[in-house]
Amino acid sequence: MAERKSIDQATGTETVGHEWDGIEELNTPLPRWWLWTFYATIVWGIAYTIAYPAWPMVSSASAGVLDWSSRGQLEQELADDSARKMPLLKAIAATPVEQLPARPQLWQAAVEGGHAAFRNNCTQCHGTGAAGTAGYPNLNDDDWLWGGDLKAIEYTIAHGVRNPEHEQTRASQMPAFGRDGLLQPSEIADVVAYVRTISRQQAPTAEARRGAATFATNCAACHGATGTGNRAVGAPDLTDAIWLYGGDEASLTNTVAYARSGVMPRWEHKLGPTQVKMLAAYVYSLGGGERSAVQMAEASPRR
Amino acid sequence: MVNLTDLIGLGKNRSLYEKRQPVFPKAIDGRFRRFKWLVMAVTLTIYYVTPWLRWDRGAFAPDQAVLVDLAHRRFYFGPIEIWPHEFYYVAGLLIMAGVGLFMVTSVIGRAWCGYACPQTVWTDLFQHIERFVDGDRNAQARLAKAPWRPAKIARRLTKWSLFLIVSVLTGGAWIFYFADAPTLATQFIAGDAPQVAYATVALLTATTFVFGGFMREQVCIYMCPWPRIQTAMMDEKTLIVTYRDWRGEPRGKGRRPATLADLGARPERLGDCIDCNQCVAVCPTGIDIRNGPQIGCITCALCIDACDQVMARIGRPRGLIDYATLEDCAAEKAGRAPRRLVKVLSHPRTLIYFALWSGVGIAMLLSVGDRTRLTVSAQHQRNPSFVQLSDGHVRNGYTVKLRNMEARPRAVEVSIAGMPGAVMWTEGGSRDRASDRLRTTVPADALAKLPIFVAAPARDEGSASFEFRARALTEDRPETAVVRAEFEGPERK
Repeated sequence: MAERKSIDQATGTETVGHEWDGIEELNTPLPRWWLWTFYATIVWGIAYTIAYPAWPMVSSASAGVLDWSSRGQLEQELADDSARKMPLLKAIAATPVEQLPARPQLWQAAVEGGHAAFRNNCTQCHGTGAAGTAGYPNLNDDDWLWGGDLKAIEYTIAHGVRNPEHEQTRASQMPAFGRDGLLQPSEIADVVAYVRTISRQQAPTAEARRGAATFATNCAACHGATGTGNRAVGAPDLTDAIWLYGGDEASLTNTVAYARSGVMPRWEHKLGPTQVKMLAAYVYSLGGGERSAVQMAEASPRR
Repeated sequence: MVNLTDLIGLGKNRSLYEKRQPVFPKAIDGRFRRFKWLVMAVTLTIYYVTPWLRWDRGAFAPDQAVLVDLAHRRFYFGPIEIWPHEFYYVAGLLIMAGVGLFMVTSVIGRAWCGYACPQTVWTDLFQHIERFVDGDRNAQARLAKAPWRPAKIARRLTKWSLFLIVSVLTGGAWIFYFADAPTLATQFIAGDAPQVAYATVALLTATTFVFGGFMREQVCIYMCPWPRIQTAMMDEKTLIVTYRDWRGEPRGKGRRPATLADLGARPERLGDCIDCNQCVAVCPTGIDIRNGPQIGCITCALCIDACDQVMARIGRPRGLIDYATLEDCAAEKAGRAPRRLVKVLSHPRTLIYFALWSGVGIAMLLSVGDRTRLTVSAQHQRNPSFVQLSDGHVRNGYTVKLRNMEARPRAVEVSIAGMPGAVMWTEGGSRDRASDRLRTTVPADALAKLPIFVAAPARDEGSASFEFRARALTEDRPETAVVRAEFEGPERK
């Protein structure tokens, strides 16, 4: 190629000497330090692939001389996290559950830890918001079958309900009045009418008045003379607005005829006492928890 | 054998890459140099002193006048405290900075580049250090060419040490904007400061050292986007540093004709430019302004000072190189008078920029004084959205957030408005002791999160709408904040 020096008139810059359809290219060289930064990035890139996992091998990538992996980083972070939480967990383990609310830091940690345990273990039946469904109690409300203060909740979670192989479990059994022939269908209808009357779902009728007598003989032993229930045997309050299996006529008839006996696993042997305690705190914090004698005795009400 | 440079059409002596031409700007004195001294003193003082200014905000807020508290997401500027959600004030300042730069550029070109840009200020500072150690332009050029003997090595080490000291101080000053300056200074020296502080100082030391000590005009010419953007803001009505070629050309050395008679004695008339090259010698980016406006010119105006000195010496009027608009240059060339300065400053574009700039500023000033310092928000619990209570009432759960943006703890009363019969309580309270209001204390400059339960009689339509009202119970500056909330319930069939 012939040596040809052509200068662009407008800029006074040399052109590279080529011409494409009348368009010429100015020869504006890059600064040399720019080239050096380019080389530096190449060196950096190579060093990076040596330091970190990068090169594909037969079964996996090269490990990198720093021995870093995202899985290892996660493990480290999890280990750090549990080490960080350890003192709190120890303090919670050492504190009786009814004394937790007096120590706000422990209480908050217990509620949050309980929430995590709840999501893993309890939502299958009680729902993610602990609102329950037919047959599975709503843990947000103020109606408790077996007691709603912290100790009672902790006991229920630890030992479960109607757990066959466990002696300390919450246990009771309502008779199947219809199936076992203890009451005639008409008597069942009378009792149902009576229960719907005392729960203020319907006005008193002749049926309900007859049902009152049947109730006194057959039901009052557990549910109480006025139908307000008995927590010692997990007999529900029949006068309130909350129904585990439904308060309408069909559901009530079914309940009296065939009985109900919900079960809940015991959790202490699976989760350990500290997690059970934290679960109790969480369930209590949902809004329906009842104050225990210890809490009542506390002089200073918290914020 | 085909040579690569031949193949792509480069000549034999042409390189693909350009070696940096060293620039040894000569010391100069003059009005613009003195103005640059002033700007340097002011900008460096602002930079170094600002974090050390104190401002009393009481016991619950830092007493540093300007503090960007990234860890707690607060920004303190004197009496003004900015929370993250008020970041639009910072955005407003950035808009003002942007429009302000457009305005300045449209009037006097690259004044930012020439006087106030940190790259310019620090390059200037480093060049003074260079003159202090190595001597002026010629001595520097000689030293650059000299072989590496002990004398040169000693000078280089001295110079680079001074560069390094300035760089460390530059990087070191930056971190004080982000933490309490006296505390951080003590920690930093003792080695107890956070790692990020050391990393920041190291990074800024490195950039200052490299950009101010070595890259200098390369940053302006190759790295900075601003010179390119600025060309879009300048026009023929913009003041730029210009060489009056119609007056200076043809340039040449030698005596200037004093009279017309002398002129007649010579075949060609010489212009005012005696080609002394002083304008090139003092240029910190090493360009020749006589080639016309160019990307390398940061309009520092030192060439004006240099040329004025020479003009005074040869008895010609000053201003062969001067701030002038291209329009005026054309007018002067044609023998007309240039525009008056007030006309130069007041063309429509500049006025529009000014209106925008001051509009944003006034709007921010007006709104900053009237900001609310207490807010309330209520997040309805979604799962379950309501809870049936045993006595037939319905309970809803909310997370009520009270934001106290004053630097003192405030007692706040939260109440329910617009829902008769409703009661509320929070953690630690209970329904039997609840009323339609509760009191809490929100810590200074903090957000309080209250889990709140509201119980109300069930209503036929199911849901209802009401308000949470938060009232600060402070004697001075009472404030009320209100938020609407929904109350859900079972629909009666």
